[in-house]
Formats: sequence, structure tokens, C-alpha cells
Amino acid sequence: MINSESVVASDNSGAVGSLLVKDHDVVVPGQVLANGLEFLPSYGSYRDGDSIIASVLGLLELRGKVLRIIPLAGKYFPKAGDKIIARVIDILMTGWRVEFGSAYSGVLNLKEATSRFVERDEDLTKILGIGDFIVAGITNVTSQNLVDITTRGQGLGPLRGGRIITVGTSKVPRIIGKEGSMVKLLRDSTGCNITVGQNGWIWIDGSPDAEIKMVGAIVEIENNAHVSGLTDHIQKFLEGLR
Amino acid sequence: MKNQILKYVDKGFRYDGRGLLDFRSVSVEYGVAPTAEGSARVVIGDTIVLAGVKLSIEAPYPDTPNKGNLMVNAELLPLSSPDFEPGPPGDFANEVARVVDRSIREGKTVDFEKLCITEGEKVWSVAIDVVSVNDAGNILDACALAALAALKDTKFPEVDVKGIVKYDAKTSKSLPLMAEPVLVTISFVNGKVLLDTAFDEEKDVDSRLSIACLADGSICAMQKGGVAPITSEQVLSSVNIAVEKSELLRSKL
Amino acid sequence: MTKSGEKYTKRVDGRGFKDVRPMSAKVGIVKRADGSAMFKIGDTVAYAAVYGPRELHPKFMQDPSTGVLRCSYAMMPFSGHGSRVRPGTSRRAKEISMIMANALMPVLDLKMYANSVVDVFVSLPQTDAGTRCAGICAASMALADAGFEMKDMVAAVSVGVADKTVLADINAHEDCDIGASDIPVAMLPQSGKISLLQLDGVVSKEKLSEALDLAKELCTKISEVQRNALKEKYSSGVSQ
Repeated sequence: MINSESVVASDNSGAVGSLLVKDHDVVVPGQVLANGLEFLPSYGSYRDGDSIIASVLGLLELRGKVLRIIPLAGKYFPKAGDKIIARVIDILMTGWRVEFGSAYSGVLNLKEATSRFVERDEDLTKILGIGDFIVAGITNVTSQNLVDITTRGQGLGPLRGGRIITVGTSKVPRIIGKEGSMVKLLRDSTGCNITVGQNGWIWIDGSPDAEIKMVGAIVEIENNAHVSGLTDHIQKFLEGLR
Repeated sequence: MKNQILKYVDKGFRYDGRGLLDFRSVSVEYGVAPTAEGSARVVIGDTIVLAGVKLSIEAPYPDTPNKGNLMVNAELLPLSSPDFEPGPPGDFANEVARVVDRSIREGKTVDFEKLCITEGEKVWSVAIDVVSVNDAGNILDACALAALAALKDTKFPEVDVKGIVKYDAKTSKSLPLMAEPVLVTISFVNGKVLLDTAFDEEKDVDSRLSIACLADGSICAMQKGGVAPITSEQVLSSVNIAVEKSELLRSKL
Repeated sequence: MTKSGEKYTKRVDGRGFKDVRPMSAKVGIVKRADGSAMFKIGDTVAYAAVYGPRELHPKFMQDPSTGVLRCSYAMMPFSGHGSRVRPGTSRRAKEISMIMANALMPVLDLKMYANSVVDVFVSLPQTDAGTRCAGICAASMALADAGFEMKDMVAAVSVGVADKTVLADINAHEDCDIGASDIPVAMLPQSGKISLLQLDGVVSKEKLSEALDLAKELCTKISEVQRNALKEKYSSGVSQ
């Protein structure tokens, strides 16, 4: 059950530490992961005396003596450089306020939405109205979590038609897959278009049949995000739907 | 993206693949809160509501000296949805309580005369509380079904010689029930009719009509909700749909 | 001596003096919440749901230096042992809400969530004493389920003293009828530190020390139940 290479390790002082978990285990806050000074805490774990203790619910990633935890849950926290899907919730003097499933809203400045000249008294709803969805890039997040976004750039801009579904933000890497492999699989096998935002909002667009198939596959990924060999499983799942 | 749901509805189905008049799976479980005199949990899809009945001995209302009392309250807990705020009941919670109250009262569900202990002085008072645990849509039908199920589950507590209720001892005596009104809510989206709306569909509903149906095919309470007006033809065809679908819900009791 | 003046030699439900009632726990019971859990101990059941971090209204309550933890405790109207519990806030519910937040806060760090709120709603469908402790156990699991960084799970239990005997996890009969002193305790099991402590009733210094030792032992047991429930959520699914 436990990887024999990593169960016992000794440091230079000759003291022997022990690892109490194995790679890819589900760990929970307060769980002692290892005893011994040779182990190093990384994201999601901390040292308390001799012990390394988990501080977040997630999957353990063991890299040599470094213990890191990949979270299995959590709300989206905005980060500059992220591509997100957002919804317009208000029209401002010179732009739009958007929400994207986080504690913080964002602002899309007029200049970041269009390159053309906009008249002083022009009706901004002609460009984006309340309730419209956009694909946007986060350009800046301040220390107080004020968020600036842009829709100028490749693959960014308003979304027309289609349907938005939401997943936990920790599931996003699994839905995208290694170098986009899962997204490609989903798109090819359902015939439905898909854009995944880092915030866990996903835009899909196809015939109702294709969209329902797509939603089914995404839910299946969500429920099995902690499992390895997911691409094979989803491939079989999609074949079963045909 | 309201036009989105229309793309589905026009083809005759829903976001989750169901047909327009299909319910999600429905289940009823009794006796889920032993501190209540009667209780039930109703699960419709991902929607979960609980109902509990508490009985007490109180004075009757002056205009009904020989009848027991009924009180229905709905708590849409902030625990059950990101949209429910903490604080006193909002308009929707109040509407849910009122609609459930009317369907039970007007459906002559309980034989209130049998709840009279001493005319003009002491009667049994029936308090039904319905509580949402997860709001995944169609709270109205779920709450009404849970309230009825909790009434069916209710057993009188013991009463001592001084007339004080002994809540820790239940008798085997059930409430005198005479009818089983079942609420079915019809939702209108662009002229199309949907049953058992999920929460992601409810924001696109133009208006709804809740109908309490009795086993003999008659109806005993209605409530139109939402802003958009409806035609009398829509009302009448809704009654047919509701009466037919109420059999499905009644079969789960 | 107990309320009635008799010696308390045998527990009404047949438990040993140091035994907790049967426990069970489940995570993810409220799908629409960001995190949720149920914790059951004896006939006391607590549901907890976490929403957030989310925008805090009204705005004047926002704290620009940190996120705020807000707890709300409520008994369902039919959950009480006697007559119906009136819904709405009472002084009791308000106090419990506050001490629950105080009990949970030491394991959390909300500094990165400036101006926002983390809402924890606790609601009990049935009760048999120990409700604030069950609520804290459920809330702690719900926070972990929501993905918050936590130094430890917070576990809580009510210990009592009746007729000079220290009792684990007292029930409503022992609390109300026997008149046992009631000591709700919440702990961070890793460090053994106490994050909630209240006392109702007369207790000697020696018995208090004994009660706290027992609480520590029980909280370690409870935290195992909490942790297993969290892992349980991820134990199903396709095989690896």
C-alpha cells in the first residue's frame, strides 16, 4: 500500500523520519502527513515541530521529500493573466462591471473592450448589455482585489448564443486536460463548442443534444476529478453515450 | 441568455434532457425528525425540503370555538441557497407558506372538529413548519408535499391528567385526515409549459400557476405567480396537466 | 448530588461515563453551497453550509484588511425537545452564532479575502443537547469541504459533571433533568488548544481538570470521524 522507497528516510543526523501517506492520497486539514525534519512542507501543508501537517483538503503530491497538496475544492480567486468567463452586471460611466463567481467583481474599461472610437454619450449597452457573457483576460488585481479585465486579445470577446455551466475552479485543470487534451476530446466527441474559464465558468454551444452530452461528460469529470486515468474513462463514457 | 432555454424548450426538452412535463425523481421519507410529532423529507432531484408538525393544546379562535387550529410556516434557509438572505421570511417564503396553508385548509385535509378538546376553551393546534435544505428548484411543490407527508406521519403526544402535553411520549393515534391535496406548479416559458422547474430554469420563467389537486380530480387552491399575464385557456389546460401529474406525486406518499 | 438528590451511578442510555453517543458524518449534503456537512451525535443532528468568500453587504461591515467569518445558528422549529421553537433570532441563537465563529476562527486565515465574507449557516433538524458542539463539528467539515486552508479541524463536545462524576457528551436528560453541569468545549486536536469553553453549573477545580482531559480525548476521536467523512466524499468514483 505504501511506496516502499518513501516510507522510511533518514537524514544526516541519523534520525529516522516516517512518511504516513503516499503520493496521490486524499488528505484533509489537520492530518499528520510525515514525521521527521527531512520532509519539507509546500503548498497546503505546514511544519509543526517534528511533523508536517495538511492544511487543505486535496491530493498529496510527493516530490522527493517535498509534500505539496493540490486542492480539491475552493472558490475562484482572481489572478492576473487568467482567462475567465464573466457576466455583465452593471453599466458604468466608461465601461462595465462584471461578475465571475468570486468574492470580487471586475471592471471592463471601454478602452479594453473596443478599439473603435466611442462617442461621449453613446449607449454602451449597444456594445455589451446587462446579462451578456464575455471571455476576458484579467490584466490586473490590486492588493484590495480590485480587478481589471480586457476583451481585446485572441479568443477574447462577447459570447453569443450557447449556454454557461459552472464547475468548481479546482476541477478546471482536469476539464482542460494535459495541453488541452480533454477539451479536444470533449469537442471532437460531442460536436459541441467549448470555452473553459479559469474561474470554472464554461461556455458550450451546439445543438441541444450535443450540449446535453457535453454537460454529462463535464459532470462525470467533476465527480471523478481526483481519479487518475481520467481521459480514458471519459473517452469510454462518451462512447457509451452514442 | 434567455433565448438559450428556448432553443431547448422549442425542441421539447430541458437542460438536463428531460421532457417538458417530466418530474425529476421524487422521494418521500417519513419520521426524519423524532423531536417532531410528525415529519418528512421530500427530495425532488437535488431539491431537499423537510417538514415537521408540532402539536400543542391552545385556545381556539373565537370564530371557530369547536375546531382545532392550523398554522403553516416556511423557512427558506440561507443554508439552502446562495440567493436566500438571513433575516425574517422574505416574500417568497411567505408565499410558499400561504399557498401550502391554503391547499391544506381548503382541501379539508384535517378534520378540525375532531381536534376540539373542550369547546371554546381547549383545542389541538397543528403547527407545520417546512424548511428548505437545498433549493435546486420547485420549492413550492416540494414544500406542499412535505407538509402533507408530515401530517400523515403525525402521532399525538401523551397528555397528563393536568392536561399538559408530554412531548417525550407519543401515542399511536394519528391525526384525523380526510383528504390529500397535492400541489403541482405549472411554469410558462414563452407560451410553453414546463413542470418541476430546476433552479437554472426558474430565472427564465415568465409566470407560474400552482394548483392543489385532490384525489377525485377536483382542485382546492390556486396561485398565479410571476408578472406575465396568462390566458384562461392556459389556466384550464394547466388544470388538466396538474390533476394528471398529481397522481404521480400522490403515489410517492 | 444530582438535581433530585440521588447519586448518579448509571447513565440513562446505558453508556459508560466516558463514552460518546454514536456518531456519523457526511460531507456535501447541500449541493448549492460552496461546502457543506452533516454531523450526528446521538439524536442531535447539525447541518452546516458554507457560502463564500463572497461580497459583504452592507458595505460598512466590510473590513479592508481581511475577510470576515460570519456564523449563524438556528434550530429548526420542530427540532426541540418540548414545544415548537419559534423561528427567528433569539439572544441564545445570537450568542451561539458568535461563539461558533470564535471557535472556528483560530484555524482560518482570511487575510487574502479583504472586504469579503465567509458565511457559515448551521441548522439543526433534531436535537438532544450538545447542539453548539455538533454545529461546530459540522461547520468545520463544511469549511474544509469548501476548500479553505485550515490549520486543523475544529472538534467539539459537551462534557458534564453530575454527582462528582465526569460525563462525556451529555444528553438533554442529563442536562435538564439530572442537572449535570454542562461544559461545551471546542478544541484544535493537533495542538490541544481550546477555542470554545463555556460552563453552566458548579464544578470543582479537580473535576474541571478531569473534564478538560476527557474533552481532549473525545475531540481527537471526533476529529477522526470528521476527517473520514471528508475522505469518504472522494472514495467513490471510477477505480484508478
